Amino acid sequence: MSLDRKSLKLLSEQRYAKGGVRKGYNMRTLHLDLGSRKISEKPVSGDMKDRFVGGKGFGLKLLWDATRPETKWNSPENEIVIAMGPICGNTNYPGSGKSLVVSLSPMTGVPIDSNVGGYFGPYLKFSGWDAMELQGKAERETIVFIDGNEGLIQFYESPADIPADTHLLAEALTHAFASDPSNAADLQAVAVVSAGRGAEHSPMGLLNFSLYDRRRQGIRVKQAGRGGIGTVFRDKKIRAVVCRYKGVDQNSNDAADPAEVQRLGLKLHREIVKNDDQQCKMRRQGTAHLMEVMNDYDLLPTKNHKYGQDPRGPEIASWVWEKLLSQNLPDGCWYGCTLACAHAVDRFELETGPYKGQKVVVDGPEYETAAGVGSNLYIFDPHGILEINFYCDTYGIDTISFGTTCSFLMECWELGILDKERTDGIDLGWGNWKGAIQVLHDLADGKRFGVLAGKGVKFLSKHFAEEYGADAQLMKDIALHGKGLEQSEYISKESLAQQGGYYLTNKGPQHDEAWLIFMDMVNNRIPTFENKAEALHYFPMFRTWFGLQGLCKLPWNDIEPADNARWPEPNKVPEHVANYRELYTAITGESLSWDELILQSERVYNFQRSFNVRQGYGHRKDDYPPYRAMGPVLEDEYLAREERYDKQMKEKIGVDPAGKSVAEKVRLTREYRTAQYDSLIDAVFKRRGWTADGCPTPEHLRKIGMDLPEVLAVVEARIAGDA
Amino acid sequence: MIKYLKTDDEKCVGCMTCTAVCSKLFFKEDNPAKSSIQVVGLGAGKFHLVACDQECRKCVAECPTQAITVAKTGVVLVNKSLCVGCLACVAVCPIEAMRFFPAMKSPFKCTACGSCVPHCPKGALEIAEKEESPASRVWAEAIARVRKEGTV
Repeated sequence: MSLDRKSLKLLSEQRYAKGGVRKGYNMRTLHLDLGSRKISEKPVSGDMKDRFVGGKGFGLKLLWDATRPETKWNSPENEIVIAMGPICGNTNYPGSGKSLVVSLSPMTGVPIDSNVGGYFGPYLKFSGWDAMELQGKAERETIVFIDGNEGLIQFYESPADIPADTHLLAEALTHAFASDPSNAADLQAVAVVSAGRGAEHSPMGLLNFSLYDRRRQGIRVKQAGRGGIGTVFRDKKIRAVVCRYKGVDQNSNDAADPAEVQRLGLKLHREIVKNDDQQCKMRRQGTAHLMEVMNDYDLLPTKNHKYGQDPRGPEIASWVWEKLLSQNLPDGCWYGCTLACAHAVDRFELETGPYKGQKVVVDGPEYETAAGVGSNLYIFDPHGILEINFYCDTYGIDTISFGTTCSFLMECWELGILDKERTDGIDLGWGNWKGAIQVLHDLADGKRFGVLAGKGVKFLSKHFAEEYGADAQLMKDIALHGKGLEQSEYISKESLAQQGGYYLTNKGPQHDEAWLIFMDMVNNRIPTFENKAEALHYFPMFRTWFGLQGLCKLPWNDIEPADNARWPEPNKVPEHVANYRELYTAITGESLSWDELILQSERVYNFQRSFNVRQGYGHRKDDYPPYRAMGPVLEDEYLAREERYDKQMKEKIGVDPAGKSVAEKVRLTREYRTAQYDSLIDAVFKRRGWTADGCPTPEHLRKIGMDLPEVLAVVEARIAGDA
Repeated sequence: MIKYLKTDDEKCVGCMTCTAVCSKLFFKEDNPAKSSIQVVGLGAGKFHLVACDQECRKCVAECPTQAITVAKTGVVLVNKSLCVGCLACVAVCPIEAMRFFPAMKSPFKCTACGSCVPHCPKGALEIAEKEESPASRVWAEAIARVRKEGTV
């Protein structure tokens, strides 16, 4: 659809003094009150910069200040904060185009943070802002436009007939707001943040961040997927936020040492060009390269995380995707990312839904999507996976939450809890992608079974027990979520450390804090509780740092120096850590030791935990996995890996399985594994400087420099209450 | 056809006249590091001349802003106004013919302008033409496969 900017009704506008980035910072943030359409700016103090660094740190700080302990996801004061970080936007070092989005999540009630590519974040930064707060609720459907070259912010009324789905909406807005839509460079200067129809009917709504792809002559989208930020966006009646900025160059960040930024970037570019084909093949397959690796190690979720391996796994292996993904294109989500994992399937013909028969570009699939809406639903048809991928994106629905929810529904179907009467006629047998996608279409339309399904597994597990008489414990056991957020797509049963990596997290079970399965399960490098606790301290802290800077995690360890294995602690990829420290110094002009890097993260990580505490969460009880994530729930699940579990019973539990019934063995295994997890919590909380109930101690907050009076007051009140 | 700077290592004596001509023409200084033709000493009086062969076009395929294009003459050109200075092109160049200078915002390369040719005292340089190879078309074929014709 073609949309003329002049035809849009301008509601209000305001000019702002164009800023200028100095050494990676604008030292000010933008606040938009959607209800009053008031625009204001806030200075970034030296103290805020020192304590919170940027990106997710700034986002959480602004969100904390804007909300109260009583604030819910749909309270007007809840915000969506998009924040970048000092390294964000440099064009030399691969993976430097990320922005971090935070909000109080409709799924968990606590802050969610989502790391997203696309051009919006860097453009917003070069438009003069280190972060943008969207607060309040608009009275009518609104499009916000930020013109970074002019120093202008405009509020438009979104026309009633504008398409709601992202692939059409972002395309139309990119053309409408380009200075000259016939010029590819002008189209590339526009970036759009939008949701989709699905986000209006489900708490698992996401935000799509666009980039204009000059070669495809159309928009692509990257997702701030987790935790329902798209749902908050639509609740605020924002249709889209558009940013235009033209003029990005090698030193838009005004780096302290631009030649050093070049040197570091070129060093990694060369490493990628040389090694990627022998390592992860990100340039050809993206994250889908993981498929067969996970299947081989019994880690690829199938049938709602019941199993980790299936003989049909190779039907959706990396080589299958490589043939479908278009090759020889620089598919980075920001300039200068030679790891280029943002692949797409082009000219994909849809078989269902409102766009049936049309040919579209499918962004992906990422590993998480191929596993989540593929193997985990027992769908091994690449077409079905791609079709669900496309519709999730354009409807603004998180593929991970949708996949894990759908797998739960399919298991309930298998268990006889659901039938066609309860699903409004949809067959949810394993592998039926047309059934899964019908749920998605209904969800987007806000009708029939889709509305119920879209509420996520926390709600559904309780609902099925209460309304359909399902076994309440079983429902709890197989509903893969923590804090209300669906688990992402790795089997964690055989790695105690990864159970912690998923569930001892601030936002819920997402793999971006720690991925320890190989270290723990395969290589047995962290055998003791103390070893695991150290890993569950170091890796979440280290990986938090990417979110403070506006960086992507993938160029850290999805490409490695050829001699990485020869270094001590190769899992930390020490040479790349050195790159990051040097890059930070080259941009900000400030030195940073490895310990200081961890400390920057530790401050923000503990602030986020304290934020959870402030909102009434952050208790030990909030950090337990459902048992499906820890071990075999059902007897057939045990029997499928009987040899392994029996061996563990003999060697680890010290009980002879001979002569015991399967039910007895399931019970013994469960008791043992649950106790192990409890011991892990004790060790991890201790290492992190928290109480046994998971609250940061005032002493620890003082030690790391996160001793703000308002934070101390929260944890002191909680600890006093616990006592 | 592709126009390019043809080099003959056998004739080169390493006098650096070509680098002086090139860097003075484009950067107003005699600085071999700012020359689009490189003279690499191999020892024993031998030299290797490096200038873009205009043929592989890996840089054209890699550029995120399509700042690197192929002219009608077949010569590969960098458009500085579109370039964001990421240096991905420098990394993918198999012969290090895409050059950059520290803190300079854009890379540079030989454009087969021929200015150095008459100055070479040994006749090691000439502007020549050659046929396109299959590699020369990979970037264009990749685009043709994903262009939107037929899509919504």
